[in-house]
Amino acid sequence: MSEIAPLLRSKITAVWILLVAATLLSWWLGTDHGFGADDHQAAAVIILLVAFFKARLVGSYFMELRDAPPALRWSFEAYIGAVCALLVGAYLIL
Amino acid sequence: MSTIADRPVPETPPGDAVDAPRDRGGTVPGETGIWVFIGADLVVFAALFVAFLYDRSDAEPLFAQGQTHLNVTFGVVNTALLLTSSLFVAIAVRGLRQRTLTPRTLQRLVMGAFAAGIGFSVLKVLEYSDKVDHGFKPLTDDFFMYYFVLTGLHWFHLAIGLAGLTAMWFIAGRSTRSPAQVRLFESGASFWHMVDLVWIVLFPLVYLVH
Repeated sequence: MSEIAPLLRSKITAVWILLVAATLLSWWLGTDHGFGADDHQAAAVIILLVAFFKARLVGSYFMELRDAPPALRWSFEAYIGAVCALLVGAYLIL
Repeated sequence: MSTIADRPVPETPPGDAVDAPRDRGGTVPGETGIWVFIGADLVVFAALFVAFLYDRSDAEPLFAQGQTHLNVTFGVVNTALLLTSSLFVAIAVRGLRQRTLTPRTLQRLVMGAFAAGIGFSVLKVLEYSDKVDHGFKPLTDDFFMYYFVLTGLHWFHLAIGLAGLTAMWFIAGRSTRSPAQVRLFESGASFWHMVDLVWIVLFPLVYLVH
């Protein structure tokens, strides 16, 4: 199993640590510890932004889309941007 | 005047070799077809997420009430399981492509990812049975309809992903692999990452956003 060490020392492990940390942050915010009950809207928006930041990390690094041809890479970036804006907008406006 | 061919090839920093892009034009991991499938799935989930928020706006107290019955801890553990399984798969893809991992290690990584997927499923069964025991079913109200449809559709994708991991396990065990087998391995990996990606948005939206 020692041949796995160089792969574990790569960026994807750092990305995994960041993803787990972001998950814990959202958990904390989502259980009303981070913000007062009145500020649940701010907490919700941050939770959604963190979720799309995480989704982008998974796409860019795990799915390797940052090394993909521009058409595929930018389709993914556009999807993340558009769906994030749609959901945050729908949450705030509707 | 120097041509492109004359220029020295830039050296890759040693620590970054694993993450270095394979060529400047970009490479599609796996079969092109899998990306059409992944793209279509992502659009369907996005539409359902918007519909969820749309219907929620008409019944905020009902949705807020429904959310209090969800088990956030199960959701967080399931997120951690999928993230870790994704890391195993991402390491396996790189090790397989660079031929730096033995078939035995590759199979262990795929098996680890599979076990995490089974762990997710066990928690899902416990979660669903707890809901049904307390009288919450898909037809209970709009919130539980969305809860069961969204998490159920995601779980269905996870089951397809587990079948993909099974195929990847067989490819991992081979001492030699054709380019088509490497692409199939990458396709299964990309699909598995999509299952993770969808959950990353679904879980906070349904469980955490008040």
